[in-house]
Amino acid sequence: MKILVAVKRVIDYNVQIRVKEDNSGVVTDNVKMSTNPPDDNAIEEAVKIKEAGKAKEVVAVSVGEEKAQETVRKALAVGADRGILVKVDGVIEPLAVSKILKKIVEKEKPDLVLMGKQAIDDDCNQTGQMLAALLNWPQATFASKIEVKEKSLEVTREVDEGLETIEVNVPAIVTCDLRLNEPRYASLPNIMKAKKKPIEQISAEDLGVDVKSRIEQIKVEEPPKRKAGIKVASVEELVQKLKNEAKVI
Amino acid sequence: MSVLLIAEHNNKEVKPFTFNAISAASQINEDVHVLVIGSNSEEVAKSISQVPNVKKVINVNNPIYENYLAENYTSVIIKLSGNYSHIVCSANTFGKNLMPRVAALLDVSQISDITKVISEDTFQRPIYAGNAFATVKSNDKIKCVTIRPTSFDPAPTSGGSAEIQNGDAAEATEITKFIKKEEIKSDRPELGTARVVVSGGRGMQSGENFKLITAVADKLNAAIGASRAAVDAGYITNDHQVGQTGKVVVPDLYIAVGISGAIQHLAGMKESKVIVAINKDGEAPIFSVADYGLEADLFDALPKFLEELNKLNTIQK
Repeated sequence: MKILVAVKRVIDYNVQIRVKEDNSGVVTDNVKMSTNPPDDNAIEEAVKIKEAGKAKEVVAVSVGEEKAQETVRKALAVGADRGILVKVDGVIEPLAVSKILKKIVEKEKPDLVLMGKQAIDDDCNQTGQMLAALLNWPQATFASKIEVKEKSLEVTREVDEGLETIEVNVPAIVTCDLRLNEPRYASLPNIMKAKKKPIEQISAEDLGVDVKSRIEQIKVEEPPKRKAGIKVASVEELVQKLKNEAKVI
Repeated sequence: MSVLLIAEHNNKEVKPFTFNAISAASQINEDVHVLVIGSNSEEVAKSISQVPNVKKVINVNNPIYENYLAENYTSVIIKLSGNYSHIVCSANTFGKNLMPRVAALLDVSQISDITKVISEDTFQRPIYAGNAFATVKSNDKIKCVTIRPTSFDPAPTSGGSAEIQNGDAAEATEITKFIKKEEIKSDRPELGTARVVVSGGRGMQSGENFKLITAVADKLNAAIGASRAAVDAGYITNDHQVGQTGKVVVPDLYIAVGISGAIQHLAGMKESKVIVAINKDGEAPIFSVADYGLEADLFDALPKFLEELNKLNTIQK
């Protein structure tokens, strides 16, 4: 089996987001960037499947600016064999990303495409499902367990009511939940080795994909601030406040 | 033009968030049609036809729809899509799984998780775990939109009498097979719609200790929530997770116990009407959103809290 893993470079999950003064977006200059957290789970899972002898090659792909190369490089340090960077400038919508990934899939012919279920920047939760649709492949979203069978995968999905298990034929798209596994840290020797692994660079135009935005972003605003609360000194005071002031119990 | 809303149900009952999605849909356009795809789902179609905001129900009934699979639903929706200006559903695991598959086949850039309808083509949605709100305008011919259910009140469930029309099934998928669903049954109110939510975090230290949360939740007729840390640690199952990648809740009262308040957790609860935080770390970020903060060891505070609740003559249900 061959696995393609899609990774996205996003603002690090620990960074306090600031909205730009002109309301055109959020501040990204001089802000720490990292791999989108559930994409780390996707890479980890791919490498684990390979280590279990069920996959021969893991290819990491990212769609983004030049600097997204670092995100691909990190995937290589964790255990992906080679990387692809599809260069685009600025913000790109999930529909366009999925069209780009479709081209990459047609070229690479993987049996499985893994990615995080959602990117923590735009919170769209779309790309995996869209790619599955464009390829007419099965989709297993929000995976917390993947069992590789001969010509299919049994995937446990985290859904609102609990857990759901489905079986998808390969080739398939699986989007990963945070509980799928615990992503490893790259060791220093592996980081050094990753520097020698190849990263192929392509541009979206080379692939013939129209990446123009369909959605107009009119403005970005700060969320309404909650008014400051108070600290209570005791449980008794808390219950009194809830009963008599907030009137919620 | 009209709005096509995809109902979520289990063939017997309509899932409550469908009603929230219906109100959002009728803010987009009054001509709301609801699509029920199911097996022996006549009762579902009937109860939706009684929602006054609904103008028509399309019931696609076939044994192949016994269990929900995005692949199967998508084929039905695509066949009907030509008649609609908007296709909408809830932004929960049901709709998040489904809508992008539909949108991609229609070559539409989906708008996810809207919290406000500004006009037929312009919506507001949270980004970066709710740390910013974007106002976005769709320039696609058909708009595929998912709705954050807790941002819209549920539509009334009686008084209407919409026409129920039977629709055609599409070809069944052969690439995906449903195996099983492990639903966690509970007599408690559902987390997404409960008036009160009591949540535990890493500070609970074990699954066993969640019985302290349960006791308070019983008393307040509350749903039980959890932070991702508590779920990851195996204290409680995933269906309880509140946050950016879990559920979004907007109860009248949210009590966060032993939860530090990472921005990913706050994303799921900071719109709650009243927030209480109980944490022994006075610097914990959860206090920045709490209306009432109690700096205390939860293992002392929770039993005392229950005791004080027991002293009250009446408790709202």
